[in-house]
Amino acid sequence: MDAIILQFLNGLDKGSAYALIALGLTLIFGTLGVVNFAHGALFMIGSFCAVTLSKLFTLSFETLDPTRKDFLGNPLKIKTPYVEQWFGPDTGAVLIDWAVPLAILFAIPIMIAVGFIMERGLIKHFYKRPHADQILVTFGLAIVLQELVKHYYGANPIQTPAPEVFRGSFDFGTLLGFDPNVIIYPYWRLVYFAFAAVIIGGVFAFLQFTTFGMVVRAGMADRETVGLLGINIDKRFTIMFGLAAAVAGLAGVMYAPINSPNYHMGMDFLVLSFVVVVVGGMGSLPGAVAAGFLLGILESFASMNEIKGLIPGIDQIIIYVVAIVILLTRPRGLMGRRGVMEE
Amino acid sequence: MSNSKFTRRGVIKTGAGVGAGLALPTIFASRASAFTNEPTGSSVTLGFNVPQTGPYADEGADELRAFELAVEHLNGGGDGGMMNTFSSKALKGNGIMGKKVEYVTGDTQTKSDAARASAKSMIEKDGAVMISGGSSSGVAVAVQGLCQEAGVIFMAGLTHSNDTTGKDKKANGFRHFFNAYMSAAALAPVLEKLYGKDRRAYHLTADYTWGWTQQESIAAATEAVGWETVRNVLTPLAQTDFSSYIAPVLNSGADVLVLNHYGGNMVNSLTNAVQFGLRDKQVNGKNFEIVVPLYSELMAKGAGKNIAGIVGSQNWDWKLEDDGTKAFVKAFGEKYGFPPSQAAQTCYAQTLLYADAVERAGSFNPCDVGAALEGFEFDGLGNGPTSYRAADHQCFKDVLVVRGAENPQDEFHLVEIVEVTPVGQVTYAPDHPMFAGGNLGSCNPGA
Amino acid sequence: MLGLDKKDMTTLLVVAALVLLAPFILNPFPANSAMAQFNAGYPDLMQRFVIFGIFAIGFNILFGLTGYLSFGHAAFLGVGSYSAVWMFKLLSMNVIPAILLSVIVAGLFALVIGFISLRRTGIYFSILTLAFAQMSFNLAYSVLTPITNGETGLQLTLEDPRILGQTATESGGIPVTNLFGIEMRGSETLYFGDWSFQFSAGYYLCAIIMLISFYISVRIFRSPFGLMLRAIKSNKTRMNYTGLNTKPYALAAFVISGMYAGLAGGLLASMDPLAGAERMQWTASGEVVLMTILGGAGTLIGPVLGAGFIKYFENIFSKINESVLHSWFSFLPESVENGAVWVAEHFVGGGWSLTLGLLFMLVVTFLPGGLVEGGQRIIKLFRRRKADDGAEQRAAKSHPAE
Repeated sequence: MDAIILQFLNGLDKGSAYALIALGLTLIFGTLGVVNFAHGALFMIGSFCAVTLSKLFTLSFETLDPTRKDFLGNPLKIKTPYVEQWFGPDTGAVLIDWAVPLAILFAIPIMIAVGFIMERGLIKHFYKRPHADQILVTFGLAIVLQELVKHYYGANPIQTPAPEVFRGSFDFGTLLGFDPNVIIYPYWRLVYFAFAAVIIGGVFAFLQFTTFGMVVRAGMADRETVGLLGINIDKRFTIMFGLAAAVAGLAGVMYAPINSPNYHMGMDFLVLSFVVVVVGGMGSLPGAVAAGFLLGILESFASMNEIKGLIPGIDQIIIYVVAIVILLTRPRGLMGRRGVMEE
Repeated sequence: MSNSKFTRRGVIKTGAGVGAGLALPTIFASRASAFTNEPTGSSVTLGFNVPQTGPYADEGADELRAFELAVEHLNGGGDGGMMNTFSSKALKGNGIMGKKVEYVTGDTQTKSDAARASAKSMIEKDGAVMISGGSSSGVAVAVQGLCQEAGVIFMAGLTHSNDTTGKDKKANGFRHFFNAYMSAAALAPVLEKLYGKDRRAYHLTADYTWGWTQQESIAAATEAVGWETVRNVLTPLAQTDFSSYIAPVLNSGADVLVLNHYGGNMVNSLTNAVQFGLRDKQVNGKNFEIVVPLYSELMAKGAGKNIAGIVGSQNWDWKLEDDGTKAFVKAFGEKYGFPPSQAAQTCYAQTLLYADAVERAGSFNPCDVGAALEGFEFDGLGNGPTSYRAADHQCFKDVLVVRGAENPQDEFHLVEIVEVTPVGQVTYAPDHPMFAGGNLGSCNPGA
Repeated sequence: MLGLDKKDMTTLLVVAALVLLAPFILNPFPANSAMAQFNAGYPDLMQRFVIFGIFAIGFNILFGLTGYLSFGHAAFLGVGSYSAVWMFKLLSMNVIPAILLSVIVAGLFALVIGFISLRRTGIYFSILTLAFAQMSFNLAYSVLTPITNGETGLQLTLEDPRILGQTATESGGIPVTNLFGIEMRGSETLYFGDWSFQFSAGYYLCAIIMLISFYISVRIFRSPFGLMLRAIKSNKTRMNYTGLNTKPYALAAFVISGMYAGLAGGLLASMDPLAGAERMQWTASGEVVLMTILGGAGTLIGPVLGAGFIKYFENIFSKINESVLHSWFSFLPESVENGAVWVAEHFVGGGWSLTLGLLFMLVVTFLPGGLVEGGQRIIKLFRRRKADDGAEQRAAKSHPAE
């Protein structure tokens, strides 16, 4: 029982990452009809926003300490971050500690700008082109983005810790009457789950309760008619792209403490997020979110020792098995609409 | 006019070429030579095949720096580095046997296929007479097999699986780096000393051959000192989030977690384990401990503060005090501005060992070079007295047990040396069951 | 001739000439010159060009004609490679049984996966094929290690039975792959002044098989079957309304292209007897998709060009390192040299994939039909110039007549 609760928590957490990425991807699919292979790269850039901010905060000046030696026997260079000099050591330390949450503020404008530039500069020329061309151009873009990041940050993962107060874990089990240490869960992962819930809720509310959202939803359902009504759908598409980029980027910022960011993390998530979107059903936002959580939870259950004991290697393939079963029993995934990306 | 002439000539030439190619099948180059890519001019070409893209690109970059430094020293440039401390004095700083050393580089992508393609182009196109480098055992075994077939020497880079000099050993391949068995043999006594005899270990193991050989080695060695292996869980290679594998650990009755992971896998699994607060817990009345059997500087950097106090093993560390290490760190540090990694050291040492073996053998013929390396005993390359065992082409030398520093003075002091395990303690018989099943075969000079 | 019209025959002859003369065409620079870095005429890369050409030709039969975008074709390549290596381990080192088995096994594998995946269309189909391929990759890397040798890849050993061949050669080595005694890795070098050209037995075997594959694909494109496949692409629903069941046709195309992939896998293993699990990873499936689109989906020769383009950058650009760059730019003053090297460094060595990514974007943005369209534009340019020349000449001639 405790193992099941524990894996359920894990699944919710994994699922929230999948759902956030898939949400952005399906917004672009659904509204713009573009297969965006660079979506994983947006997630990666988001994570590197967090890395960049924490690097900026720890940008240091060097003083020499003649009493200690560095590896070549020269006087040791002591690095002191500028923020500690400007704001005093205490405030400076707090800023450095809180770099990841602060990076949210930093990442929003950057991600929206990246989204706008991508859409205006490149993607908009591909709306009327075949999906194959969209795949090629966005794949090329994804490679370029990740290679640029690699060039400046290296290929090694970069540790980006969460603020001190969120390290360590919370003992859930004691609340439910289990022994201590039976069901523990890291604070930061709980934060991530809450954060994902807020973002997902926000996006849905935005689409549901604003005029803008209404037009976009109408555009998703029937783009031509909306265009015929004289609504400038192009401008809204650009904004949607910026929004999708921001959602992917924020998912990346908050993910940085969970797994140290590296330049190819976008590619690692790319295939998975496509599977999630398609299992959810093309053109369906609730479908993408539901599929994200479903796959996350099933993946966690599959990694339980009891289940691995029955079917060795099941955790390697569970996502794909589930995808195949769902697509064969429900032709358009969980909540897909007829006629979207079926040609 | 000129067009048609060109075509006619081309057709005649191709006709002749195709005819010759089918009628006289010979191996590789056709000019009469005693072995593949015999250097005939005033220079000799070495091939450095390292990951330049993919997760190990930074490690590959460090290997490449070491190779460049080694070539510089072989050609008489720089301060000579470890050539001055090397016990064999055959190298004179005038290249190898008077031939200037040139090199080509390639990208393994940490994929066997790409690594073999790259090594083949070095052999077929650039005339490389030796291939070195690499950052994973899969690649090392694949390239070693290729070099055996093609008739060139392979000086393995970073490869830690028992198989490289075990069931997949080859006569043309040589490994300086240590292996999983040695890690385990060095670690077990230290773990016993630090954490006691009565411990229960839970293993998370990367689900591929290197992971398995390491898990097998560590489990055997720790069980020999009285530990119990509670469970071994295999994790998929592509896994990035290990939470669902780490969550059940605390509840399993285990009080030690062994992470048989490398690279990005290790950084993530260790970070996740620390996030779950495992290190702050008490189980069975003891502090919960985490062990990472194979360490590297880059992984330590990636894992940041999470490695503080965590024990593992290394082939070499720049903080060692011997003359060879000092000379190498000085040469490397002055050229690049930071100390070398263990991957760099093994690649540098391998290049020097190869060059020295050629000088001593008086020939570039892989069979003569191999014979000169087999049973070769040397010192001064940073690992203390070392020998290349003839039976499996594995180097035997001291192994370092290291621990993540609690308060590193700078980014280069992330690990501290706990103990230098003497070579005698990590030596095993060539027919040890973990290494059984392979056959060195006979050396292949190619042509 | 051969059942082809004049235009297709010309294409076939041009391809044949290019492929057979490749050792010359790909080695345009003298062996010791600075530009020799760009020579691609060595056996391994030439073999890769034609083998991946076969893979892409096969993929194009499915994607170019029917429009079904499979994202799991690498699985068939991988299965083909494994079958071939097992043949070398168990039977003999002759490549013929190995290649035959790889085609058959890949075909059966494609039949199963195709039968299930073709129940869906569009992106649902793509994800189904992707899921099957990723499952194959993940299992081959881990649980199926006894069959696939996992991470290391399946290799020959000195202990293999090889019931129709020899376990080991007299000198104690592993025997090499051959075609009735012609060793696949055998090669002859022709020296011509400073130039050297390598003729490899393995390459010419691959080249001939590639030409046959190309010929078959031309015949499929021009056949009633090919027409039916195109009809599936243009409007599947209407096809169904006419009472025709399109699925058997699509499945046939899927199996044929799977067999092409298996053939490519078998040839890869014949040239270099190793089969690694990465051959089945989604990146490998993605690569053949990119090759086809980059070259020009639905065209005959495009996929081959796309395959050559990607493999060239992967193998040639990745080998250019800093010292090579310095030797190129050494004629410049030192500060300019360092600057030039610094800029160029981004695009070569470890940066080869950056170059490739940029080229993907440029090609697809400016040449919507892929590389083939680029070629057509160039030809058109020449034709127009020729036509202009002709017009001028006529004009010049007409003058004196006046």
